Amino acid sequence: MADKIHSTKLQDKAERNVFVMFVLLLVTLSVGGLVEIVPLFYLDDTMEHNKHPEIVWQANVAKADRKDLSTWKTGDGVRPYTALEQAGRDIYIREGCYLCHSQQIRPFRDEAERYGHYSLASESMYDHPFQWGSKRTGPDLARVGGKYSDEWHVQHMLAPRSVVPESVMPNYPWLMENTVDGKQLERNLKGLRMIGVPYTDADIATAADVDGKSEMEALVAYLQVLGTMANLKEGVDYRE
Amino acid sequence: MEETKYDFDVIRWFSIMAVVYLVVGTLVGTFIASQLAWPFLNFDIAELTFGRLRPLHTNAVIFAFGGCTLFATAFYSVQRTGGTSLWSPKMAWFTFWGWNLIIVAAVITLPLGITQSKEYAELEWPIDLAIAVVWLSFGLNFIMTIAKRKTSHIYVSNWFFMGMFVMITYLHVVNSLAIPVSLFKSYSIFSGVQDAMIQWWWGHNAVGFYLTAGFLGIMYYFVPKQANRPIFSYRLSVLHFWALMFGYVWLGAHHLQYTALPDWTGSVGAAISLAMIIPSWGGAINGMMTLSGAWDKLREDYILRFMIMSLAFYAMSTFEGPVMSAKSVNALSHYTDWTVGHVHSGALGWVAMVSAGALYHMIEKLWGIKMYSAKLVNIHFWTSTIGTVVYITAMWVSGIMQGLMWRDYDEFGTLTYTFAESVAAMHPYYAMRAIGGMIFFSGGVIMLYNVIMTIRKASTERSSTAAAATA
Repeated sequence: MADKIHSTKLQDKAERNVFVMFVLLLVTLSVGGLVEIVPLFYLDDTMEHNKHPEIVWQANVAKADRKDLSTWKTGDGVRPYTALEQAGRDIYIREGCYLCHSQQIRPFRDEAERYGHYSLASESMYDHPFQWGSKRTGPDLARVGGKYSDEWHVQHMLAPRSVVPESVMPNYPWLMENTVDGKQLERNLKGLRMIGVPYTDADIATAADVDGKSEMEALVAYLQVLGTMANLKEGVDYRE
Repeated sequence: MEETKYDFDVIRWFSIMAVVYLVVGTLVGTFIASQLAWPFLNFDIAELTFGRLRPLHTNAVIFAFGGCTLFATAFYSVQRTGGTSLWSPKMAWFTFWGWNLIIVAAVITLPLGITQSKEYAELEWPIDLAIAVVWLSFGLNFIMTIAKRKTSHIYVSNWFFMGMFVMITYLHVVNSLAIPVSLFKSYSIFSGVQDAMIQWWWGHNAVGFYLTAGFLGIMYYFVPKQANRPIFSYRLSVLHFWALMFGYVWLGAHHLQYTALPDWTGSVGAAISLAMIIPSWGGAINGMMTLSGAWDKLREDYILRFMIMSLAFYAMSTFEGPVMSAKSVNALSHYTDWTVGHVHSGALGWVAMVSAGALYHMIEKLWGIKMYSAKLVNIHFWTSTIGTVVYITAMWVSGIMQGLMWRDYDEFGTLTYTFAESVAAMHPYYAMRAIGGMIFFSGGVIMLYNVIMTIRKASTERSSTAAAATA
């Protein structure tokens, strides 16, 4: 009875030898990921700035010739975050903001009216890790930059229901008291440069200027830059 | 006698911890659900805010409760189906202590805001390294135990556990690749769209392999055992096993429909997602039909009830999943509570209920005694079922309502609702969801009480028999 094959020879072999089963699983389980993930790193269509270089600042500038972040002007295109913005982004991650706020606008009429132009892949090319989110318990923040004043953001963070009565967001009073550690921030920026974010030495040196600023200031700086870097035009089809 | 043949001690402890973590994980879940209904519950304390406790909830239920259940059931069934003891009981104890220390580390770091912000993979890099080591210790021990089995063929439950082991290893290693900048902070080496795809390749397969393949392994051992029937179809198990292994890996892309992820990737993900109804239902049918001719057992056997109800929820949520991955449905459902409801119909209805069934079955065998109270098992069954139904119904209504409100236009062609109005409209459903969670949580407490009383009863009986033997 035990010698009878009830299925195919290969299946029977796998059922008799755990290492055959193991190897079959190694192969079967690798296919989907390889097909879906690997091409995203080399297909030119994935990143819109390959066709529209104007949406990324210094898209085709060699590493040695890159200018400092301080020379960037609004609308010049997607760039790495400044030291203060990056400090704010770290706080955004720490507080788990991404669990209730997405940063990814879909190409629908209602989302365009509510949040703005649909999001592009190139817009988050310097985002380690990405913060697209998966849930909108609160509104999308991909283009929240410039929509409200700094004062509004501070008030909203301290007591959300004082400006939006329906809100279910927690209060974040500690952001006023906590300060940014410039030394750690410098290490963070260096780490980001190691994995491909094109900071210059001067950019990294600015971390020292941020030392001692409140976390609130950093977070607001981050929120105010979201979606404002690239100057996207109506009527241009960035994703064909 | 069985005690000398198998290593059960470590399994007893994994089982007890699984029940403890069921209570802890659902308690945190109920609390954060209540925060969304009544935001004052955030208490202006950083460590208690929703954004920091939500990862603690998901990690506690998936890795603490789910993990302990998987290790207990896998180590138990691999010995029973192979007629052999564990390859290394010492290594199993290493897995036990390692895993529990990781859980302690999660409980400390997540409320402090130490996170990589990748959903269900939030733990920072030193803990990620520890997870890799402990996970490999489990896999090695499991595979080597299969290798030294006394039976000719490897039983189907072990295929599923092995599939889970291999895939979770792939996922954990790739998704956690990061550059450390301090002991408690690192940055993903991937960025933007690639990072998103890798995260959801992980995210959906944490569901697909950890919470599905692993728990199908549980189903394939414990349903036939509890029903005292052979599995319905061997052929079906072969077919749906390989289809599930091959197909599930592709589904992550459906989490990124209409985003900046290229269209082809999302469409491939959606197409395979639709096809996945077949292997998923293959498993559900194989489990349910195992009962054919013995349905009357459901009248008295409350443990079996858990298993069959879990398969019904499994069939339902694996139908719902492909529907939600279709682009036109996803356009409405994405970003809404419907997703949260879908996850919980799988997590509460399928994972937690099949676990409860398996744990009750195992506890009776491990301590050689019937449950302290069958009535309490039945009450747990009904609280689980009702809690789950209340929860997912609330989320269906709120999710679809959100989706419709966000895209609604009035007769002048302008958006009808502000975002804040949609938030206000959710309040009754968020309250209802919290109540559903509370009902489910109360079932966990009943289970914990029942398990403690059973173990106490077993130890008193054992000491009285020992006393009788010496006398």
